[in-house]
Amino acid sequence: MNDTKNILIVGVGGQGTLLASKLLGKCFLEKGYDVKVSEVHGMSQRGGSVVTYVRYGTEVFSPVIDKGEADMIIAFEQLEAARWLPYLKKDGVLVVNSQKINPMPVITGAATYPDDVLEKLEATGAKIFTVDALELAQKCGNVKATNVVLLGLAARELGFGTDVWLDIIGSTVPQKTIKLNQDAFLSGYNN
Amino acid sequence: MDKVLLLGNEAVARGLYEAGATVVSSYPGTPSTEITEAVSQYDEIYSEWAPNEKVAFEVAFGAATAGVRAFTAMKHVGLNVAADPLYTASYIGVNGGMVCAVADDPGMHSSQNEQDSRHHAIASKVPMLEPSDSAECLYFTKKAFELSEDFDTPVLLRLSTRISHSRSAVTLSDRVAFEPRSYTKNAAKNVMMPAMARAAHIRVEERTKKLTEWADTTAFEAGINRLFMFDRKIGVIAAGTSYVFAREALGEKVSYLKLGIVNPLPVKAIIDFAKQVETLYVIEELDDIIETHCIKLGVKVIGKELFSLLGEYSQNIIEKSILGREKESISLDIPMPPRPPVLCAGCPHRGLYYALKKYKLYISGDIGCYTLGAQAPLAMMDSCVCMGASVSGLHGYNVALGKDKAKKSIAVLGDSTFIHSGITGLIDIAYNKGISTVIVLDNSTTGMTGHQHNPANGLTIKGDPTVAVNLEALAHAVGINRVRVVDPLDIEQVRAVVSEELAAEEPSLVIARRPCALLKTVKHNPPMYIDNDACTGCKACLQVGCPSIMQVPSENGKTRAYINQNSCLGCEVCAAACRFGAIKKGGN
Repeated sequence: MNDTKNILIVGVGGQGTLLASKLLGKCFLEKGYDVKVSEVHGMSQRGGSVVTYVRYGTEVFSPVIDKGEADMIIAFEQLEAARWLPYLKKDGVLVVNSQKINPMPVITGAATYPDDVLEKLEATGAKIFTVDALELAQKCGNVKATNVVLLGLAARELGFGTDVWLDIIGSTVPQKTIKLNQDAFLSGYNN
Repeated sequence: MDKVLLLGNEAVARGLYEAGATVVSSYPGTPSTEITEAVSQYDEIYSEWAPNEKVAFEVAFGAATAGVRAFTAMKHVGLNVAADPLYTASYIGVNGGMVCAVADDPGMHSSQNEQDSRHHAIASKVPMLEPSDSAECLYFTKKAFELSEDFDTPVLLRLSTRISHSRSAVTLSDRVAFEPRSYTKNAAKNVMMPAMARAAHIRVEERTKKLTEWADTTAFEAGINRLFMFDRKIGVIAAGTSYVFAREALGEKVSYLKLGIVNPLPVKAIIDFAKQVETLYVIEELDDIIETHCIKLGVKVIGKELFSLLGEYSQNIIEKSILGREKESISLDIPMPPRPPVLCAGCPHRGLYYALKKYKLYISGDIGCYTLGAQAPLAMMDSCVCMGASVSGLHGYNVALGKDKAKKSIAVLGDSTFIHSGITGLIDIAYNKGISTVIVLDNSTTGMTGHQHNPANGLTIKGDPTVAVNLEALAHAVGINRVRVVDPLDIEQVRAVVSEELAAEEPSLVIARRPCALLKTVKHNPPMYIDNDACTGCKACLQVGCPSIMQVPSENGKTRAYINQNSCLGCEVCAAACRFGAIKKGGN
């Protein structure tokens, strides 16, 4: 019986999706699961669309998540949420940061950023949690913690409580950013 | 011992640490780079960045000849550069073991082609192992050293983007020191001249026969090849990523022959497996190497008639092809603008490209971050082939079309790429009386692969100070008299200098020198801002292709420029694009 759970993290290169996936991977390993985390390095990091796959279960084979398989998508940006929506399972959960980042074709006028993305995502009937993670991170002291705010909100839905996450953040991020990241995590979790 | 999550690349590094390897030399290349970066953290192992993959391979091979366990890692196209030593190292064999990791990139996440490096293993007659997760990356690396020494051959370790860049659980063991073997002079073995090479070739063919026997027997006992017998209606032969995708898609509904050695391939094991199942599929990303082998053995398989020669596979592709099932999914029916990678805000390459855009030059390009300048709106590249090809390719273009065209053409390449294989092209230009203008974008790092040090930036892999190649002196030494240095963010200076060098009747090297904006040592200016009264909304600033500038609605119902105060690094290139002086320097 394949009990593998799938979490897709999508965003824009530079938003810190890799830290979020690293923390997820560590948590699931600590909880005794087999884990695979597949990352994107290199070319795609330069402001491109990035995706990270996190999978956990009794025995995980494939390192990637395919269309219709994600139990959860954590989207760091609206358009990326829409782009990767086909990867969500029918009863999956979508965590969306309300931030918008214009891709280069939109900046140059070759394409337009679609209107009302959040409303259209809601209209699909998918289970969606939207948050202004940038603002919450700013309140915690640094916009760079946007990733951990989103992780906090996602963690609430995963149901392992907060202690394991706060410990893992403490043992993963640099000493001087532990408090910032733990605060950011809790502000997402309690949102 | 501890169970930890490691990238496939980190697990390879751990494997060669545990195997007692002591010499590692590599040139960075996605997706292989993190292996050597991880190795550099182990004080027990000598590690270095070499100028290119050929040098790296030869360094590792020299160390193996001396009697220690040695290693090199590269991306698939890097093995083309190192193919020359590989093919003859195969004839010579080793003293201490030598392993060469080669990382393929199905789907071309970060590469200029999708070549299948198994062809190199076949052609060089060298054994190749292919792990399918991080635990196997560690284990196969250790086994590869044993195989290398037992069969007197270098061993290739085939990785791919999904194996190299996926984290999975690995159990760590202690390092076991490798007792260096003594070196004895032996020209018959180590000096490849025709008489010795003829004898060596005989040994190589005998070795392949023995390795085939190994693939049929010991490889199964050692867990390199594995047989998983479930339902026998369908059998699947697969290796590496294809195996894990197949196992995910088909579970225990089918039986598997999982191959860990992909060259040479087993014979008896495949024939036996074929007899035990009703329908046999070969699932392999990229080329039809296992399938061709099966056909040669007279084993009937279904392979490329069902599965593509192109791109990455996935569990859904396999499930659909074999079981005819598709998963349900939802999507939004709206136009989805693509989001390609771009030059970063503050990138020095943008300044150089923007400065030269108006000259409508033929631009012979190369491999690196600056290749991103090929895309709109900069669109500053006419060609991009392989490392170093910008310089030699420009010379060919100019020889073919003559002086007038030469005065309207340049080559652009990075400092690391210039050292890798651009310098040989420059020697060709000087020696053969060319007049081409070559621009080295010297950003003091190997950027695209994640900021590795290189011979031109004065730091070793461990960050220790060392000599730096003096690019100006190097150019002079090979016969280039006109060598100029510019600041790529000084638009007027770039235009003045490049115009002079294009007009010159002799070759020039222009060094556009400014460190990568992402380097921690680089100080940035305060963000630029828009003077809303002066901005006419003409959108000229968007032509610099900076991710920090966008258009926003203005009070008069039109649009005006806006600069993101969180991401702008104050490089001022956009200010040069504004005729109205509406882009201002920010205060402190």
